[in-house]
Amino acid sequence: MNQKNFTYVGKDIQRVDIEDKAYGRVKYTDDVMEPGVLIAALHTSTHAHAKIKNINLEKAAQVSGVHAIITGEDFPYPVGPMLADRPPIAYEKVRYFGEPIAVVVADKEHLAKYAASLIEVQYEPLPILQSPREAAKKDASLIHEHLGKYTTMVEGVHAIPKTNIANLTKIRKGNMEKGWEESDITIEANFSFGPADHVALETRVVRAEILHDGRVMIYSSTQGPFYVQKMLSEFFNIDAGKISVQTPLVGGAFGGKGCVQLEFTAFLASRAVGGRMVRLVNTREEDLVTSPVHLGLEATVKLGATRAGKLTAAQYEYYFNTGAYSDMGAGMSKAGAVDCTGPFKIENVHTDSHCVYTNQPYATSFRGFGHPELTFVMERAMDQLAKKLKIDPLELRLMNAIKPGDTTPTQVHLNASNLGDVSACLRKLKQLINWTGEERTITRDGKIKTKGISSFWKTSSTPPNATAGTILTFNTDGSVNLNCAAVEIGQGTKTVLTQILAEKLQLDMKKIHITVEVNTQYDPHQWKTVASSTTYLAGRAVMAAAEDAIFQLKQVGAVALKCLPADLEVGNGLVYMKDSPEFYVKIKDLATAYKYPNGNSVGGLILGAGSHVVRHLTPLDPETGFGKPGPQWTVGAQAVEIEYDPKDYTYKLLKAATVLDAGQVINPKAAIGQMRSGMYLGLSWASREQFMFDQDGVVLNPQLRSYDTIRASEAPDYLVDFVETPLVDGPYGARGIGEYGVIGMAGALSNSLSIASQVSLHELPLTPEYIWQTVNGGGK
Amino acid sequence: MTKQEISMTVNGMEKEVFVRNADTLLHILRAQLGLTGAKPGCNNGDCGSCTILMDGKPLNACHMLAVEASNKHITTIEGLTDTTIQDKFIQKWALQCGYCTPGFVLNCYALIENEPNANDVEVDEWLDSNICRCTGYQEIKESVKELLRARRAYG
Repeated sequence: MNQKNFTYVGKDIQRVDIEDKAYGRVKYTDDVMEPGVLIAALHTSTHAHAKIKNINLEKAAQVSGVHAIITGEDFPYPVGPMLADRPPIAYEKVRYFGEPIAVVVADKEHLAKYAASLIEVQYEPLPILQSPREAAKKDASLIHEHLGKYTTMVEGVHAIPKTNIANLTKIRKGNMEKGWEESDITIEANFSFGPADHVALETRVVRAEILHDGRVMIYSSTQGPFYVQKMLSEFFNIDAGKISVQTPLVGGAFGGKGCVQLEFTAFLASRAVGGRMVRLVNTREEDLVTSPVHLGLEATVKLGATRAGKLTAAQYEYYFNTGAYSDMGAGMSKAGAVDCTGPFKIENVHTDSHCVYTNQPYATSFRGFGHPELTFVMERAMDQLAKKLKIDPLELRLMNAIKPGDTTPTQVHLNASNLGDVSACLRKLKQLINWTGEERTITRDGKIKTKGISSFWKTSSTPPNATAGTILTFNTDGSVNLNCAAVEIGQGTKTVLTQILAEKLQLDMKKIHITVEVNTQYDPHQWKTVASSTTYLAGRAVMAAAEDAIFQLKQVGAVALKCLPADLEVGNGLVYMKDSPEFYVKIKDLATAYKYPNGNSVGGLILGAGSHVVRHLTPLDPETGFGKPGPQWTVGAQAVEIEYDPKDYTYKLLKAATVLDAGQVINPKAAIGQMRSGMYLGLSWASREQFMFDQDGVVLNPQLRSYDTIRASEAPDYLVDFVETPLVDGPYGARGIGEYGVIGMAGALSNSLSIASQVSLHELPLTPEYIWQTVNGGGK
Repeated sequence: MTKQEISMTVNGMEKEVFVRNADTLLHILRAQLGLTGAKPGCNNGDCGSCTILMDGKPLNACHMLAVEASNKHITTIEGLTDTTIQDKFIQKWALQCGYCTPGFVLNCYALIENEPNANDVEVDEWLDSNICRCTGYQEIKESVKELLRARRAYG
């Protein structure tokens, strides 16, 4: 299966978009200046939880150039991807600091913003809830009084009315009593971190226009053009076919552009001005706070093991902080539950995963979708267990590594295809970082060097009918146009899909023209570009479309060459006889009808079409979690090496390492880039990123000078290696890899710092201040 | 006076623009001159995505008024073609989503032109003015350092 004689797959083929990007020629959504476009600006909440007593628009309306001002009254209905619980503009009350209350539409940006600043809102403050564990308590005040009445948009969301729990996922596997009985040693620990952000450098932006015949034109920086279409259709009752969504290249996303927010607002704004085109672009402050964020978590884990180190039981209690609205928080709390054990064989598992409302900015998907979070909890707990057992942490992971024949927490049977090789990744990591056990090396100047490790797995929580499609058309020069709705967010999908097609058609990459912009009117449907699923879904669609085109080329080729289609092969721009390649016809002479020397023509256009859908996924049983949540598990192992200064509790990130089972690496340079990218994002989150709130739920650091991210001088060196255990139904054996570099970083960093500081660190971000507080007793 | 006409040299061309006194240079470059290579990543001087060169020195175009650029020489990414730093970024894959790239390219270009003797620590410090959320910085740092080394070795 894993044949290595590929021409294009597995090769460092240059990114198809690299020159345009290096020369600054790429047009992102807001780089297109539409003459006459009106500008929308938001007035946002200064309170985290309050009744809206009155909104005074008088002064704002008097500003010259203002066309319309809309409020929650204009569309007082909740929207949302999983549970419809969020009015696009706050209605009757606000639930987080920064929530939109009114939208001004004006001729110019400065006029819109000035008018928005003149809007006066009278609030009646309500109690503030900021801890998900507190908010989940029975007597907690309610953030959503109508929780039982919200419409559930997808299966598997189990909200509990009269609580702040938007979703509860239960896992019941094996027999806990037996599991605890078999264990000689147990550990129990609490973990927590607050919300953080994606900080894609391109802030979210959209233009919306409603044409006179009712068609809706949306231009958006989104990971899901078809998802925007679907959501607008469902919530505004517009035929999906009348909504066209266009997305050029996207300036970073990290999951934060996988859902729909500004598109609703811009649509309402355009509707308020007779359908004229309205542009709505987030300021950085709005992008950080008003738009959705990376969720927080409070968790308790209890692990049991035999003296020899075999894991016997695991119990997890998660309180995911989804903020004011459930959005994708409801999905991530489920994803965190289904893979709660990490890549370890544990027969007895008990998990309650709550998605809890608080009065903080609301959460949407973040690269890793619940897994960087669960992995931080599990991998730190594994190191604690290893310490108690006096077993090398890497050996403990190897002893318990999950294998084909085992089952997942939701009882999916694993085999050599749907599961990567955890042990092989751990062993390769051991060599890559020269692991010799838990060690503190003291440098000459009194600093302490340590390494910490982690392992991870993840399946993609795709809907059971997630699809992608591809259409191939040919030009008269024999080149191919590849139409597909995969969005380029930096991951290199346009390059990888081109490589897959080049391999299948045995055609020069330069002869393949992949569409850069996605347009729902011309491109075949694709669920979204999320969940590390595009190489798999769209890659399979590309292969199917190529097979379709090859079939047709052979049919017409057989007529031209007076033979049977089965006698023919396609490659290098030719259709040729297998046994005598000197007899051939060029694709360029076949693809737009083959013309005989006498002028007669045959064959018409070659149009290759293909699609793929995930198979056999099921919703989970609400009581036990039994079910198949995703198609396959990509696995890996990671490490972080640091130099810690015990005098001031600061540390330097020296090295970060990843070994990933990629199935088949399609483009090594792209794959290495994805791993480095993920490690960076994971380390930045784990080491310093988090919103700070005051007691009223006001965000104190809504700017990039106070919301800290890792900069060039603080970044570590990255080590990357791969294992290749093919996924039988992946394109050329490839597994999804996009998110994985992030997943184990918080676990590995907290393990490394816990070894260095000799205290067990259970909170993020791992700032010197937090380490100082923990070393000196008590934590935060 | 809330508006005025100013002239500046942008990418070697004389440009006359009518601006509000409150307009930032970034806004004028993007909205009036159609030079969208400089990006509004934060409009607060924190991320460096809007980096341009004014008389050869890198500056955040979001952090200065257009009127301050009066009679100055401005270079944007559109004015930078076939430089060694761009070739190096391409060779090293020093970009992913590409949104921060114009800012980084101009900043790196200015570093090489202004500080040819910068050591590795100085390079890292210089690059700290810009944020990249995709690459993890390694390829960007390598691009600059390799070019500086090559320049010193071969003049």
